[in-house]
Amino acid sequence: RDQDIYIHTLRKLFNESHGIFMGLQRSEEELAGKSRKAQLVQVSKNYRSVIRACMEDMHQAAVSTRDPALQGQYSTQVSILSAMELIWNLCEILFVEAATAGPLLLRLLDWVRLHVCDVDSMVREVLSSESPSKHKLFWNVVDVFVLQGRMDEARHLLSKEASANPASMNMYKILDDFMKKMPVPSLGNTQTLTELELKWQHWHEECQRYLQDGTFASNPHMESICKILLGDEDAILEKKELMTTWYHFLVTRLLYSHPTVKPMELRFYAQSSMDLFLGGESSPEPLDMILMAAFEFEMHQVIKECSIVLSNWWFVAHLTDLLDHCKLLQSHNLYFGSNMREFLLLEYASGLFSHHSLWQLGVDYFDHCPEYGRVYLELHIERIPLSTEQKALKVLRICEQRQMHEQVRSICKIMAMKALRNNRLGSALSWSIRAKDAAFATLISDRFLKDYCEKGCFSDLDLIDNLGPSMLLSDRLTFLGKYREFHRLYGEKRFAEAARLLLTLMTAHIAPCSFWMTLLTDALPLLEQKEVIFSAEQTYELMRCLEDLTAGNPDKQKFQDDDVETTKVEMLRLALARNLARVIVKEGTVEGS
Amino acid sequence: QTLLQHSSGQEKVSQPRWEPQPRARLMTALTFSSKCGIVSIQDNRISIWSVGDLGNTGLNGEYHGEPHLLCDIQHNGDVMDMQFLDQERIVVASSTGTVTIFRHHQNNQTLSADHRWAKAHYHVDQDTSCGGAACTGVVCNNPEIVTVGEDGRINLFRADQKDAVRTIDNADSSTLHAVTFLRTTEILTVNSIGQLKIWDLRQQRNEPSQIFSLAGDRVPLHCVDRHPNQQHIVATGGQDGMLSIWDIRQGTMPVSLLNAHEAEMWEVHFHPSDPDHLFTCSEDGSLWHWDTSANVSEKPSFLHQGGRSTAYLSHSTMNQSVVSAWLSNDPTKDRMEITNLIPNQTLSVNSLDVLGPCLVYGTDAEAIYVNRQLFA
Repeated sequence: RDQDIYIHTLRKLFNESHGIFMGLQRSEEELAGKSRKAQLVQVSKNYRSVIRACMEDMHQAAVSTRDPALQGQYSTQVSILSAMELIWNLCEILFVEAATAGPLLLRLLDWVRLHVCDVDSMVREVLSSESPSKHKLFWNVVDVFVLQGRMDEARHLLSKEASANPASMNMYKILDDFMKKMPVPSLGNTQTLTELELKWQHWHEECQRYLQDGTFASNPHMESICKILLGDEDAILEKKELMTTWYHFLVTRLLYSHPTVKPMELRFYAQSSMDLFLGGESSPEPLDMILMAAFEFEMHQVIKECSIVLSNWWFVAHLTDLLDHCKLLQSHNLYFGSNMREFLLLEYASGLFSHHSLWQLGVDYFDHCPEYGRVYLELHIERIPLSTEQKALKVLRICEQRQMHEQVRSICKIMAMKALRNNRLGSALSWSIRAKDAAFATLISDRFLKDYCEKGCFSDLDLIDNLGPSMLLSDRLTFLGKYREFHRLYGEKRFAEAARLLLTLMTAHIAPCSFWMTLLTDALPLLEQKEVIFSAEQTYELMRCLEDLTAGNPDKQKFQDDDVETTKVEMLRLALARNLARVIVKEGTVEGS
Repeated sequence: QTLLQHSSGQEKVSQPRWEPQPRARLMTALTFSSKCGIVSIQDNRISIWSVGDLGNTGLNGEYHGEPHLLCDIQHNGDVMDMQFLDQERIVVASSTGTVTIFRHHQNNQTLSADHRWAKAHYHVDQDTSCGGAACTGVVCNNPEIVTVGEDGRINLFRADQKDAVRTIDNADSSTLHAVTFLRTTEILTVNSIGQLKIWDLRQQRNEPSQIFSLAGDRVPLHCVDRHPNQQHIVATGGQDGMLSIWDIRQGTMPVSLLNAHEAEMWEVHFHPSDPDHLFTCSEDGSLWHWDTSANVSEKPSFLHQGGRSTAYLSHSTMNQSVVSAWLSNDPTKDRMEITNLIPNQTLSVNSLDVLGPCLVYGTDAEAIYVNRQLFA
């Protein structure tokens, strides 16, 4: 049961991202500039939202399971999904949105706030306590807020401290003022970068002066906050445990020393931040390398590293596709000629085909791989097990929509053969009609005729009587339909029509030669009727047919050795002769003409 | 109003959202019970969901409370069709040819298998998996249950009896795709050579009492439903997505043929309490709402307002209250509103069910959608 949650979550991921993928492929390419970018950013957000939803499910599963092994497994999955979302989010900021200096910092701040959760419980604890300022972790929480640039919340907490501790009121007021006045980039275009820089410079200098004057000397906490505000690396680094990651450190540094950082400058800060933070104690992990590659704007490197680290193609396939839509990937030719986006999508979709129901998603992905998609689809679609007719119909519909005629024929043939083996002649015919497979229709008709010859009556009359236009699919089928009609006419005593039909069946060569004997034998009762049915013309035709039949097989032992056959032939000749005699007389008289 | 929402990505926790559930092998069979539960399948499981009170909708039709899973149970094989026998029991048709009755225990919210007819449908050939043929359709009229399958067989079961009451072997030479009750003793079946057949179960002979077929190509018919009040009106859906309306009192061919979907129509349903409304869903990913209620109104039709995305057939100034709008031969005399209820269609909609103002449907994208404001 628990195992199912894991699979269930992955399936949710695959299904929902498929919807987003399709939406992206179909979206307006004509939209240019800002609206297109906004659209792409929304797509990116949608993908991330799906990842988060799956994280949530997996997390619930981890929390509720009793099996420690499973719990470990789920927790790992949560971390993997979390890492995926972290990377994707950064890529969204740097590549999809391509945030420029100013907004870039704000986005990075949001990113950090969203992903550093280790301190959340501590924050909650302090905020919910009766007198937060007395809590031993109080200053930690203030620091956290400051490090994350959450000025309002920091100021709010500080005000509690100030009211509890009036001696520090002065210091508090000054610090509070600084925090309030700190210039930050804005999202709208209310100020230019230069203006911001100037303001910031001015603010920074003022803050510097207060620090140097020793204003905060008596309160080490506040002094450290002031140093952080001034971008003092050592002061920030001291709070390593509260930041937990080097990229948090990076963003804090930027916030307080270079808020107007340009995207292309990130790489230098990133490298140095990582070095300073890890400080030679630990080496970077794969996740760190991926993020670093992103900061360096090495998109291909990001994708390559992710492909290596992650065990399935989902992430890289979708991310690369999105980046491709942002027109960011130059066609990076791999050795077999296809580009990277297509390669990854093909790999991902192929993986889907191994699943009994997710393969349907794979079809859509192949559709959007212009070079090799079709070939891959043709190969994979033939391997889908057709356990029910409904499944076969779905596969067929997919093939038909893509003009994959070979596959249509092949599938219909398989289904028709199966039906035939199970003696479902109607189903078999239905499949032949779908494939317009005349050869198979002939096969089925022969089966019917064989049954008739053996049993003396037709099986499945509901089918043969209602063939409709599909009768024309094959000659044999037409014959079957017409032959049945003959029987019906005879049954309704419409002898003249029946006779005409019978003759046509032979003269128009609708009937196979092997059946002529049967047809002629069927003519016997008509010949023996009291009333003359066949005209002279028709009788001559019949005789000719009989002679053709017997004369054409001189070496066929059947007719000579088989007594029944010879008797039949003789009876026919006699009946035909008698009929001819009667009809000549009838037509010769005044009434008959 | 599809209710699949995405969060903006800024928050840590996703917005309340309708959870898509995995389905077993392409088919979702959904049924509403009057207690507003949805039965669905999930990875070859039958599950029961609570969608809350039908009447509990807010101002804009937002639902209060998320749907949640009440219970589920393993099922062997794909679920091909499903129907409620009574308030507590559900009959399920499997691709293995088995028909099972499941019971939903309300007190402790569990599902259990009550009764099983293991080889209700089978082929003779041993090559196929255990000789099983999929059971493609099931219909109930407590305590009677009728099933049809790929083996062309019709079974009549009674809920309390171990063996089939009656079996018509080789009732059809092709696959029977769906079955429904015409009257208490008569059933309607549709098959893969485009025939609609009436069977009288009182009679002992194993022949249909009437056969109807489409003119022209014998396109397979996949679904059938009868008008709830006027029993001579029958709707069928075909492999080419065509909706056919039949009057079985007269003729052997459909009264009207309506070009609907671009691929197989999987299910057709008249609204049980408001039969001027009809719903069809298809492999092409769309779900259409056919509305002839305008025909019954007194207002002259050209005063009708448009509003949402609809397509009209044509105008009418006649009052059609006596003869059902469905049967009108002349399209120029009818007006029918047809609405596609799915804005962004991708994969097939396999199944739907409707009760009151609520519609539920399931797709191959392994999602279930509920629309609570059909007639808003």
